Amino acid sequence: MNTQSNALPKSPIASREIAPAAFSFARLMYWSVRRELEEYRFIYLAPLVVAAIALFSFTLSIIAGIWEQSLRLDPRHHLKSPFDMAAGLLMLTGILVSVFYCLDALHGERRDRSILFWKSLPVSDLTTVLSKASIPLVIFPLLTFAISLAMQWMMLLVGSAVLLVSGQSIARLWTNLSAFQMPLLLLYHLLTAHALWPAPVYCWLLLVSGWARRAPFLWAVLPLVVISGIENLAFHTWHFASLVGSRFIGNTSTITSTPDVFPTDPMTHITPGHFLATPGLWIGLAVAAAFLAAAVRLRRYQGPI
Amino acid sequence: MTVIEARGLRKTFGTTVALDGIDLRVEEGRILGLIGPNGAGKTTALNAILGLIPYQGELRVLGRDPWTERDRLMRDVCFIADVAVLPRWIKVSQLLDYVAGIHPRFDRAKAEGFLAKTTIRRASKVRELSKGMVTQLHLALVMAIDARLLVLDEPTLGLDILYRKQFYDSLLNDYFDRSRTIVVTTHQVEEIQNVLTDVMFIDRGRIVLTCSMEEFESRYLEVMVNPVQVSAARALKPMHERQALGRSILLFDLKLNHADRQQLAALGDVRTPGIADLFVAVMSNQAGPAQGVAQ
Repeated sequence: MNTQSNALPKSPIASREIAPAAFSFARLMYWSVRRELEEYRFIYLAPLVVAAIALFSFTLSIIAGIWEQSLRLDPRHHLKSPFDMAAGLLMLTGILVSVFYCLDALHGERRDRSILFWKSLPVSDLTTVLSKASIPLVIFPLLTFAISLAMQWMMLLVGSAVLLVSGQSIARLWTNLSAFQMPLLLLYHLLTAHALWPAPVYCWLLLVSGWARRAPFLWAVLPLVVISGIENLAFHTWHFASLVGSRFIGNTSTITSTPDVFPTDPMTHITPGHFLATPGLWIGLAVAAAFLAAAVRLRRYQGPI
Repeated sequence: MTVIEARGLRKTFGTTVALDGIDLRVEEGRILGLIGPNGAGKTTALNAILGLIPYQGELRVLGRDPWTERDRLMRDVCFIADVAVLPRWIKVSQLLDYVAGIHPRFDRAKAEGFLAKTTIRRASKVRELSKGMVTQLHLALVMAIDARLLVLDEPTLGLDILYRKQFYDSLLNDYFDRSRTIVVTTHQVEEIQNVLTDVMFIDRGRIVLTCSMEEFESRYLEVMVNPVQVSAARALKPMHERQALGRSILLFDLKLNHADRQQLAALGDVRTPGIADLFVAVMSNQAGPAQGVAQ
């Protein structure tokens, strides 16, 4: 060893490839996502518990005959079938879980210093951030889809069994199949209203969780409140607040032609062309991509807190 | 082959200068000990080498720029940071699966073999393990990775002496060979004196001494002087003097002093000084008082 060397000679190893063939991006993504699911087990446990509770209450209610009245109603006028309610409950769970996941995803690893371990492995910051972003944007909608479908089929089977045993017609149950019973519509709704449309919100939360030293929730919400407040004081308008709100609640009118109503024949109402042509969608995705790029860059500089 | 090569490496945090333009060159097959008081810049230097912080100056690790190529560099570099940083929620089996999943140079069977020598169970979570066991686990992972450079930043901090001894024994017996390079910082200097091939003292962001252990042994000499010969010994201008058990212990730099080994041996018992003692001597000869003592 020799310090204070006068010149930095050309390193003989610079030209040589030292590492063997690296693992593919897909493989690194798979293991990174899997790691997230192992760390944040509530991602799949929460919807499973909610689905189990929904199934249990449905079974109780159908035994008690609570749905009797509503099942007899014309589904055209009846908006919320038990299936829709259960699916809606799962979606609400999904939003809550995604928000809490995003706020912790890049914060927890710095808080418990494990970022030093993750950074000691050959996984880039880009892969890490993308794998974390994929949880609310890809994994969760697909997970909710699978659990919703399974839950609804179980509800249908349990409901039919109860009705058969009690000697009633099961036709009412089956004619009540509603919008969310249609897997394609459910998937479309989850991917559009719960992933693509609110993408900037989730990416913003990820960015804040990678930036804030503490209280990421506060830092995520505070700027939005302040901007809305200033706008209201200056112009007496609520444009920013309604913009953020529409991202969160979802702008259903651009996703399906009849907002908030899921009619019996939903396939005719899916309007992907209309949705994809919405400038808001692309602006939102661009903003989301910018937030993610910032989060990737930020993680390079971040160490334990 | 040069593993680490730095020139004018500099890092500031606000107005604090953590690294004041150091030059550094570490060849393959060396075990370098980076010794210095707290806040001397050891961890900053290691963080720069590992691509964890941006820096000024030139730095090449295995021919790569660590800051821009961290993920590629980490195929060939392993590190254990100062305290246990393994995620506490993870199960041992999940950890093995994960590292096997993402690290092209990880040999799972080897890691299992190291773990078999410990009492660590696959089903345990890291949070259920004692600190010593977490370090064993981390070491098992790292030793199963066929890396070229291993960076250890206070790897045995807070461990009892049995774990500490075992840690370095495993490292030397089961891991180290001439194609690997290890850089280690520790405050338990005397424990690694026989492990190191090179030593480097760093203080206030500057390198104050660097030498190989062969040079260390031939260059520095400690004399426990016979009481009657103390003034004669002092006349030879030792670089440092301390008292122990009522006797004076004088430390000589044979390169600077004109005294030779035989001359000093006549004055009392001579021996190679401990790194810690030399460190204290070097630090007290610096312009100001050292902020702490490596011990």
